[in-house]
Amino acid sequence: MTLDRRSFLKLVGAGAGAAGLPMIGRAAELMPKGTKRVVVIGGGFGGTIAAKYIRMMDKSIEVVLIERNDHFVSCPFSNLYIGGILTDMGALTIKYDKLAANHGIKVVQAEVTAIDPAAKSVTTSKGTIAYDRLVVSPGIDFRLEEMKGYDAAAMEKMPHAWKAGPQTILLRKQLVDMKDGGTVVITVPLAPYRCPPGPYERASMVAHYLKKNKPKSKIIVLDANPDIASKAGLFRKGWKDNYEGLIDYRPAKKVTEVDAKAMAVMVEGLEEVKGDVINVIPPQRAGQIAVAAGLVGDDKNWCPVNVNTFESTKQAGIHVIGDAAIAGAMPKSGYSANSQAKICAINVVALINGKETTELSGINTCYSYITDKEAVSVAAVYTVKEGKIIAVPNSGGVSPADFSAAKIEAVYAESWLKNILTEMSS
Amino acid sequence: MTMKLKGWALAGSVLAMSALAQAAPPSPAMLANACAGCHGTNGGSAGPTMPSLASQSKESIEVAMKKFKSGERSGSIMGRLAKGYSDAEITAMGEFFSKQKLHVTTQVVDAAKVKKGASLQESNCGRCHIEDGKEGKDDTPVMASQWLPYMQMQMADYLSGKRKMPEKMKEKVDPMSKEDLDALLHFYASVK
Repeated sequence: MTLDRRSFLKLVGAGAGAAGLPMIGRAAELMPKGTKRVVVIGGGFGGTIAAKYIRMMDKSIEVVLIERNDHFVSCPFSNLYIGGILTDMGALTIKYDKLAANHGIKVVQAEVTAIDPAAKSVTTSKGTIAYDRLVVSPGIDFRLEEMKGYDAAAMEKMPHAWKAGPQTILLRKQLVDMKDGGTVVITVPLAPYRCPPGPYERASMVAHYLKKNKPKSKIIVLDANPDIASKAGLFRKGWKDNYEGLIDYRPAKKVTEVDAKAMAVMVEGLEEVKGDVINVIPPQRAGQIAVAAGLVGDDKNWCPVNVNTFESTKQAGIHVIGDAAIAGAMPKSGYSANSQAKICAINVVALINGKETTELSGINTCYSYITDKEAVSVAAVYTVKEGKIIAVPNSGGVSPADFSAAKIEAVYAESWLKNILTEMSS
Repeated sequence: MTMKLKGWALAGSVLAMSALAQAAPPSPAMLANACAGCHGTNGGSAGPTMPSLASQSKESIEVAMKKFKSGERSGSIMGRLAKGYSDAEITAMGEFFSKQKLHVTTQVVDAAKVKKGASLQESNCGRCHIEDGKEGKDDTPVMASQWLPYMQMQMADYLSGKRKMPEKMKEKVDPMSKEDLDALLHFYASVK
């Protein structure tokens, strides 16, 4: 069977070329598998690092990284673009060519349409790819059924900008085009969602822009959560010291519906709030492919995993990392995904070689900008205790409440970005 | 935490007690990889305000981490992170980074300062920062190819008293001018 497909592919030249030809039964195999192969889905903070570290540890394992785009744009720091502090998205963008060349990773630009855990095969827009182990790092998709009226057209009028790229640029443009005296509405979903402090950093960055350029304007933050979901004290102080009267923060206001024509959102379907620029951050779940592959748990949203190996508890041989995974105390952040990818890589290499697995030790570090020159941070070390991922007691935490480190943290944050993106792209 | 502390030294017995833990305690790579998001793969930093850890001696990492842990050295998030590790884990990380190759950087340096710095290095600092700063005696950090902005920030902390200088270093630094010190750092940044 495999041999037949191989010779068939040889005849037509390449998998991509074969796509247009008539198929017998299922999609053609894109690349014949050797002895050991790990396929990684998703070229973001998790996927790139998992692919790289597996190859760094064991060159006998073939690694195929599948990503739908030819580049990746970082969500971290994209709020600085929205606030006009960063003027070029280039600093947030990575390509995969150096990563592929340096580590011998086979990067396939394709859309994954299905995973067959029984056959250990991934179906992509370019053909099927067999695996011995699969690492899924799909990021998030939106629970649009919980945000009435928020369809593709509405997203173009009320950007989410929660996946960095064109949506980020669109939100920035809307702010630039807005009149002085306008109202910006930011809606925050109930936790858990990607990047817990992200919405509040965004409010800070929008406020920074408005204060300087459109001082008669205001921001209304409609937060479904009972309070600021991360670094609450620091954001409260940062807003009081810098943006008093500019940010109208309203907790426990869950937006369930949008009216793109009227430029309005509805809180619990009752209270209407209008805005000139509306940034809707919808509720989220694991990326669509994780849902389709049956990797999500009872909540139908996120993927339960083994706390050391990140192997799915729903499907053997498939590991889930990053925002999509339920990782105990580790937040849904870029750094968490980076750390989880390395933990997962060590254990994928062990499992594929029939060796003993290793207990998790992980880190999260996360900076949020308050102004163009001040940032605050949260950091923690993670371990496993009684089958759960927990933050090591008496460690970690947020920056000093008096902002005494805020200026230096804004400087460190730039190196954070440089290092994490360099790790992913080289 | 207690499980982890014991886990390093008494892995067998602790693991035997816990039905849930079937994995080996965190290896040096497991511990050190987590640092690489900020300090670069294998400790080779690409961010000019974050130091490379690659090729630092085990002792220098141990001393730095323990000072962060106790609060003696201030470091924004490093104090918070260092508190998350046992002494044995810190030693394991130190060993991991000490085995990595020197991370060579290409930085913009002032040629005149590099020349002046080279002579100051030889006459003042070379007994501890040996081999042009490519190696360090005992817990002395490797300076070669370290990021200039990072070194300048640390030197400013030394001069303000925020970071405490070792006695031997203080004897050498005190008579030097700010220009001398700046030249020295340009020299270290240039060493490949």
